[in-house]
Amino acid sequence: MKDLAERALNAAQLQGASYADARILQRKTQSIVVKNGHVEALAQDDDQGFGVRVVVNGAWGFASSSVLTLDEATHVAARAADIARASSLVKIHDVTLGPPEVHVSRYETPVEVDPFSVPLQDKIALLLAADAEMRHIKGIAITESNMEFVQVEKVFASTEGSYIEQKLVESGSGMEATAVSEGEVQTRAFPNSFGRQQGKAGYEFVRDRKLVENGQRVADEAVSLLTAPQCPSGITTLILDSTQLALQVHESCGHPIELDRVMGEEASFAGTSFLTQEKLGSYRYGSPIINIYADATIPGALGTFGYDDEGVPAQRAAIVKGGIFSGYLTSRETASLLGARSNGTMRADGWNRIPLIRMTNINLEPGTWEFDDLISDTDDGIYMAINKSWSIDDKRLNFQFGTQLAYEIKKGKLGTMLKNATYTGITPEFWASCDAICSEKHWQIWGLPNCGKGEPMQAAHVAHGAAPARFRNVRVGIA
Amino acid sequence: MLGSERMKQITERLLTYSTAQQTEVVLFSEDTYLTRFANSRIHQNVAERNAQIRVRAVAGQKVGVASTNDLSDAALQRVAENALQIASLQPDNPDFQSLPAPQPIPEVKAFVQATASITPQERAQAVATVCKLATERGLIASGAYSSATTEYAVANSHGIFAYAPQTLSELSAVVMSIDSSGYASSSSLDVRQIDPEQIGREAVDKATRGRNPKAIEPGEYTVILEEYAVATLMTYLSYLGLGALSVQEGRSFMANRFGQRITGDNISIWDDGLDTTGLPVPFDFEGVPKQRVELITDGVAKAVVYDSYTANKEGKQSTGHALPAPNTYGPLPSNLFLGAGTSTKEEMLASIDRGLWVTRFHYVNPVHPLKTILTGMTRDGTFWIEKGEIQKPTKNLRFTQNTLEALSRVRTITEQTRLSRSFFGGIRVPALCIDRFAFTGATEF
Repeated sequence: MKDLAERALNAAQLQGASYADARILQRKTQSIVVKNGHVEALAQDDDQGFGVRVVVNGAWGFASSSVLTLDEATHVAARAADIARASSLVKIHDVTLGPPEVHVSRYETPVEVDPFSVPLQDKIALLLAADAEMRHIKGIAITESNMEFVQVEKVFASTEGSYIEQKLVESGSGMEATAVSEGEVQTRAFPNSFGRQQGKAGYEFVRDRKLVENGQRVADEAVSLLTAPQCPSGITTLILDSTQLALQVHESCGHPIELDRVMGEEASFAGTSFLTQEKLGSYRYGSPIINIYADATIPGALGTFGYDDEGVPAQRAAIVKGGIFSGYLTSRETASLLGARSNGTMRADGWNRIPLIRMTNINLEPGTWEFDDLISDTDDGIYMAINKSWSIDDKRLNFQFGTQLAYEIKKGKLGTMLKNATYTGITPEFWASCDAICSEKHWQIWGLPNCGKGEPMQAAHVAHGAAPARFRNVRVGIA
Repeated sequence: MLGSERMKQITERLLTYSTAQQTEVVLFSEDTYLTRFANSRIHQNVAERNAQIRVRAVAGQKVGVASTNDLSDAALQRVAENALQIASLQPDNPDFQSLPAPQPIPEVKAFVQATASITPQERAQAVATVCKLATERGLIASGAYSSATTEYAVANSHGIFAYAPQTLSELSAVVMSIDSSGYASSSSLDVRQIDPEQIGREAVDKATRGRNPKAIEPGEYTVILEEYAVATLMTYLSYLGLGALSVQEGRSFMANRFGQRITGDNISIWDDGLDTTGLPVPFDFEGVPKQRVELITDGVAKAVVYDSYTANKEGKQSTGHALPAPNTYGPLPSNLFLGAGTSTKEEMLASIDRGLWVTRFHYVNPVHPLKTILTGMTRDGTFWIEKGEIQKPTKNLRFTQNTLEALSRVRTITEQTRLSRSFFGGIRVPALCIDRFAFTGATEF
């Protein structure tokens, strides 16, 4: 690995690179899907390759290959340099990266049980048992449960002198039951939608999920939803569970704080951001009880790592303090334009992609409320849980979400189950309307393994911590 | 490029290494480039060479899949062993019957040397053209220019060998002022069909005409949906219900409605994997030749697409629409067409008393899949129409609309169509003029 990295960096410098980094990566993924009582998909994917990122003539170039040989390293570095020279034909200013980042280190995800050491039969047996529990419920048409395990070993080396090895391990599992009737389909997922709950952890993360114990409950809820009344339309008080609130943080806070978006670098695809630079440090993002942090160091959370893919150490950074917008997610290049240092959020989805600013673990800090007290304190409203549908505009202002499950709240009690619940709003108005957040006891971090960004598309593995919270005067029941 | 012979050698080698009762090999090779620009400069410029081999091993009614992008002999032997071992460790899947048998594969010319040969310098020159058009008008350009050469081969132990090379080039641009934006894009197998000047002018024109947008109230309006917007709706419609598994599971809007009218009689939708005006590939990921499938004809639900697994369940033939194994979502259309009409956008505009012109949609997602209710935002060029003319640019709106109902209210359809990329292949659609399209919210820009 070291030879190949050195060869690529030397070749890049011989081609005129003022800066170069090489990333070599080997990824192993095991995925299992049980559907309707059978193993529907079982795969092991091995993927390897390297990418060389260079600055030549003050402009970026990147090339990558799946062939791990020294000769290929020379060719790929030369291709990256050639591409950078082409980039310099359409440049406005030279790339600046700020002060050098020099780290020689090794980081490994702490795991109790290596997920690849657990026999496949045990994993299949657990999923089949969960599947059987869901299928006990009359009226269920489709059941699906899954596990995914990922191991990434990667090397980062740069012409500044960094050489960083990392071994990252992920484990995840989840299930869902779907009930179908004439004109209606209802799905309930556990423990979260988006396939599964995933973390940077070993098999213990899956073993503790209690899929089997929750199988009948979620299936029963799916069937009940078929005949539940439609969520009413109107303006009301809304309480969100921690899974839906995690996605709310993701879409309406996590993306607009990406400084590359703010600076227009994603304008043609994902969009830009309403959190423009003059708002930093003074803009009221939400009510005074809103505190949001980016923290890539939380043990077990999906967005945790040792170093980002520019070789910057993982760290914790304030995003919203007391409701005031206080910080961005940055890269070396974007931070230097602000006169700051990167807070270490550049990550690439593999050897064949360049790093982009990606969310790490973006967390809404817990408040003080007990969940039961929060419901008791709410005279009239709706409780919504587990995401079903999501959409937000390209500056991250107007959003609309749907949830799988909802209950009316009447006189301080959860009442009738409601189907097809939706709510909509404008980001800062919504967060300004938050008047209660539940305590640490109710706070949970949720892994999101499918955050899309960039061209070519890259999927990032990120996470969000949240506890249930209450929002006033929210428009619900759009469709 | 690896080429047909080399790909055949690799797949044959793997088949000889496999001791499974049945084995399928999918070899996918790509050589791709993408030049990305923002703030009127190239800020990302990337290249990738990769080749991945995917093996499906069958032991009785057990199926295992393993893949690698290491094409060494040792890795090929290992991936064959892995796939069989994975298969052997699981219980039978009674729904699985067999890998498909060989059928003649038609030839499709989808490889264009000019696209495979384009250089980073030529892409940069095209980007410079777009950026210059924007900066001349005091605007900012962003976008992406990609070129790709892909090859894939499918072989199995029943004797299938199918090989297809394809090229694709795409240029997209978003041009922005402080309070407006405009979009244009073009996709083609042949890079020589991409006209940076035309793309730049279209995006600049939208951004210029979009200055000083006014807020309008959400409500139901007659709309002109440009091809970009229609392609997004059709991509989701296809994803939600035009594959056999979604029908078999009861989650498709087509379920129990074959032979019934589900849209207006001016709507016909089909999939044709051989049509070179789309993004053709003559066979699917099981090596089964693609059939033309009439999905909705004159508004009547006709058929959906099948892979061998879903076809076996109904005693039918696969239509050649399998996705890569393992796949729990089922088959999907890959080269979709919405039939053209006879109108022009100018005629549509002249016919509208009050309405909206929508360039494209952003972040669309299903709200109620079975009812085909989608939500999303307008983006990059939304205009208010009054008395047959564009009166003013508007701030962006959120739509929440039942797609089949919208397709039941299509007033006119353009003769001109445009090719876009969908989730799994290509989609060619016209622009539509639709009555009572529901906008349910508004944003601040």
